[in-house]
Amino acid sequence: MGLVLLVIIWLITFISAYFFIAKTWWLPTGASAAAAGIDHHFTTTYILMGIVFVAAQVLLGLFAWKYRDRAGGSPARYSHGNNTLEIVWTVLTLILFVGLNLMSSSIWASERFRPAEPGALQVEVTGMQFAWYFRYAGPDGKFGATNPELIDPSAGGESAIGLDTTDPASKDDVVTGTMYAPVNREVEVILRAHDVIHSFFVPSMRFKQDAVPGLAIHMHFTPISTGDYEIACAELCGLGHYKMHGMLKVVSQEDFDQWLAAREAEKQ
Amino acid sequence: MASYTPTASLDDPRTSTGGNGHIPPHHHDGDDFGSSFFDVRLRRARLGLVVGLTGIVMIFVSFSSAYVVRQGLPTLDPRTDVLLHDWFPVPLPRLLLINTVVLLISSLTMEIARRQAGRKAALAQLASVPGVSVRAKKGVSWLALTVVLGLSFLAGQWMAWRELAASGFYVASSPSSSFVYLLTGMHGVHLFGGVVALLTAGAASLLRRPADSQAIAVDVTGWYWHFMAFLWVYILCLLEFVH
Amino acid sequence: MAGSTGGGETIMATRELAAHELHAHAAPQGFIRKWVFSLDHKVIGLQYYFLALTAVFVGMFLSLLMRIHLIWPNVSLPLVGEIKPETYLSLLTMHGTIMVFFVLTTAPQGGFGNYFLPIQIGAADMAFPVLNMLSFWVTFLGYIVMLSAFFVVGGAPLHGWTGYPPLSALQSAGPGEGPGADLWVISIALFCVGALMSALNFITTTLDMRARGMSMMRMPLTCWAWFITAILGLLAFGVLFSAGILLLMDRNAGTSFFVPLVVVNGQLVAHKGGSPLLWQHLFWFFGHPEVYIAILPAMGLCSQLVSVFSRKPIFGYKAMVYAMLSIGLLGFMVWGHHMFMSGMSPYSAFAFSIMTMAIGVPSAIKTFNWLGTLWGGRIRLYSPMLFAIGFVSLFVSGGISGPFLAQPVLDIPLHDTYFVTGHFHLIMGVASIFGIFAATYYWFPKMFGRMMSESLARWHFWFTFVGTYAIFMPMHYLGMAGATRRYSQFTELAYLRNLIPLQKFITYAAIVTIAGQFIFLFNLFWSMKYGKKASDNPWEATTLEWTTATPPPHDNFGGHTPVVYNGPYEYSVPGAPRDYVMQNDPATVAAH
Repeated sequence: MGLVLLVIIWLITFISAYFFIAKTWWLPTGASAAAAGIDHHFTTTYILMGIVFVAAQVLLGLFAWKYRDRAGGSPARYSHGNNTLEIVWTVLTLILFVGLNLMSSSIWASERFRPAEPGALQVEVTGMQFAWYFRYAGPDGKFGATNPELIDPSAGGESAIGLDTTDPASKDDVVTGTMYAPVNREVEVILRAHDVIHSFFVPSMRFKQDAVPGLAIHMHFTPISTGDYEIACAELCGLGHYKMHGMLKVVSQEDFDQWLAAREAEKQ
Repeated sequence: MASYTPTASLDDPRTSTGGNGHIPPHHHDGDDFGSSFFDVRLRRARLGLVVGLTGIVMIFVSFSSAYVVRQGLPTLDPRTDVLLHDWFPVPLPRLLLINTVVLLISSLTMEIARRQAGRKAALAQLASVPGVSVRAKKGVSWLALTVVLGLSFLAGQWMAWRELAASGFYVASSPSSSFVYLLTGMHGVHLFGGVVALLTAGAASLLRRPADSQAIAVDVTGWYWHFMAFLWVYILCLLEFVH
Repeated sequence: MAGSTGGGETIMATRELAAHELHAHAAPQGFIRKWVFSLDHKVIGLQYYFLALTAVFVGMFLSLLMRIHLIWPNVSLPLVGEIKPETYLSLLTMHGTIMVFFVLTTAPQGGFGNYFLPIQIGAADMAFPVLNMLSFWVTFLGYIVMLSAFFVVGGAPLHGWTGYPPLSALQSAGPGEGPGADLWVISIALFCVGALMSALNFITTTLDMRARGMSMMRMPLTCWAWFITAILGLLAFGVLFSAGILLLMDRNAGTSFFVPLVVVNGQLVAHKGGSPLLWQHLFWFFGHPEVYIAILPAMGLCSQLVSVFSRKPIFGYKAMVYAMLSIGLLGFMVWGHHMFMSGMSPYSAFAFSIMTMAIGVPSAIKTFNWLGTLWGGRIRLYSPMLFAIGFVSLFVSGGISGPFLAQPVLDIPLHDTYFVTGHFHLIMGVASIFGIFAATYYWFPKMFGRMMSESLARWHFWFTFVGTYAIFMPMHYLGMAGATRRYSQFTELAYLRNLIPLQKFITYAAIVTIAGQFIFLFNLFWSMKYGKKASDNPWEATTLEWTTATPPPHDNFGGHTPVVYNGPYEYSVPGAPRDYVMQNDPATVAAH
């Protein structure tokens, strides 16, 4: 029985570890400036924790077999413990855990403590049951006023976000269902939600932030490779949560300018 | 190394490594001479009350923290995108001060009742000594008086609510009015529980339960009652002074 | 394997006391007094246990429906019919709520704690038997109210067990957010009341009713675990209760504690100024201690079992006590790690993350100590021990994913993905359930006087151990690949469609594992009637419950209050006649 237990525990451990090492299912390729740092720290964490995982499970299985009750075996070792050992492994664990966290804190600080750079592209991202809308401020660089009384989700676009078209600053605001961003330029997202909490999650950008009604949350990220990146809602928002998705298209600066100009032209 | 000693005398139980090396003080279950079963039960009941009150305190700590947080929370006006403070304190009816006095007086009557019940229990123990007779003392039922005062307080709170409503402050009128109703309401519910406990203790007396059981019931209810008075003063101060 | 009542001699209380105690605990007559409104902690413990047993099968059935829907979204199932997206979310909400409250917070503490705490400390009952009885019936009422949410207009709520407003606060935000959600909140409020009453009893009993010689540091670690769990419950359930009251008011009285001005279904709501984050703070201030409430009793039991079945004292008893105390204390300082992505200040997030990494330390200490207890032992692999070892393995697996989530930077890709689901199911769900199974196999002989079938128990163990790993380990891979939680199907995003094969594997594993649980159910009831008769101490364990008759008499010790001379883990003491020394054996073990 002890041997079977050892074998099963070891098998489970090695099979689980294999899929981590082989990265059979893994984080998508990083496409933002922050991804490299996050992924590097992810690797550090999973190697260190992986060693602990394997060591603990291997020992567990080993002990369950090695110290089994056998006829003629020596009696159990009578010991209430070892204080020195307790102190040693407590301190080591504390250093490992807190050390890991401190290592990642600089990345967190650069992602979240500092505001967006002055030249960042501002995009207002609004989540509502069950779609994302994106608003660009246009040439005047100002977002026009919105009014909750004007919100009409069924009409889509400007009406969905309740754009107040009487405000002059609204004239050049572009509202789309697909997010465009130029590559290698910081994007500042201003996250809002109309009804319940949603969460703007772009796996490839290693970006996630809840969109909370009553708040306008400013965050930033910098896409570094062109392509199409799926956006998923990552906070339960109702029956359509599973289909509340969007697309982020990262293109060259020229293509972006062309696209925006075309959207502005449509408004005339 | 441990050593196993097969002989130990009952009067001198040696302790093991599982303990801390010395005989633990025993104050359990009243099996020492000198401490009575009543003392044990009273201590246990009081301990239970302290523990229970801790749970209740956490409820009011949560409400208090929600209150403080909500006060300071600016809200985003979705029309103008400006952060506004929308906390406007509710002017509290003067009636609340009168109710406070009533409650504090009830605390006094409660304390008298509590001590009276304790003395009754002590006398009852004496009555078990042959040759001693104890006559039940007739006088004011301080317990009943406390019940009356407690109910008056609750009636007064209800009237204060009516006054608030008449001035246009309902539960949902504003964030501050919500908290006024919430805090006074939750306190009232808990105080009503105290009234029920008092009535139960009173019933115990009428049903001629043993004096020591009565005393324990009245003692525990008494301390609960004092706590409710203290909690009320705290709530009033929170509503009045914390902005 | 003959048991004995240890040293036998006890100090008799004064005559009046003994008589009084016996009078206070005279066995009740009549079915209602004996089995329905019993004041006997043993009966109440069994009531809690069987409540949890029905709840776990309800919870498992809900999860089975969920898993089937995830991979066959359009299939119409027998009994239930077609599962619409909102139905999936209701199943998910009720699965989580029922499992967390009515299984994990009920069986280990209300069930086994009620039954065995008084006996293990040498008391005749809990401090307040009437309160104990009331706490069960309030919990039972909460359970009925919870289940009734399925049957009202709109059905059960769909807002998840975490109930974040505005989704949970607005009747118009989704199907099930009508009366079903109100019943959900009321049920939880009732549960809170029952839990507070129970905590009161546990704490008072532990502090005030230990037998002579049973110092705090001689208590079995199960008693420490129940005690600390009760303290956590005492401090946490009041906060959940308050949050529930505020939510009920937002839902029904038009207040705006949690709801800002929002537009739902094109309609402006009659709320403004509230903060959804306020709910999250209150909920998680409760929610984090809650996960320790769910796991601590299992940790205490695991310590007990590895010691008994290795025939060795627990390695580092004091360290184990301090570790549980630190887990309890730190458990109140980490709640913000559920809110890293919520819009909370990133500076607060940093502070919470440091505390969270710190709380991993006492958990690690406990794991080292369990391994240290096994080392050099003479391990008897009976079913309770299999589940105890399984517990350690699952605790390690579930615990290792914690440090990933505890670091806000790594939480960015992982929050609200299946990585989290895998993490908490392994460490809170499965590990705790293993504790419940282990407790059942261990204490069944004492409660029912018979042994459960060992061979059926082994089948059950292998099905469950391998099965739960097969279900929950792959969820970590799903999560890393970005699979978001609480999605009723994976058909709408391309990267999620690629993950459906792995979801299929999980579902098949779930079907097999759930099937295996019927082995346990059969074993449980069959053994009550037909199991081999058990002696008083079949496991040759040292703690006080094994000194009493089987099942224990009404006042636990038959009128003889035990006196304790030894610690709870005196196994293989050199020089002792047997490899275990009962706690009440006056033939004592002197200090090192």
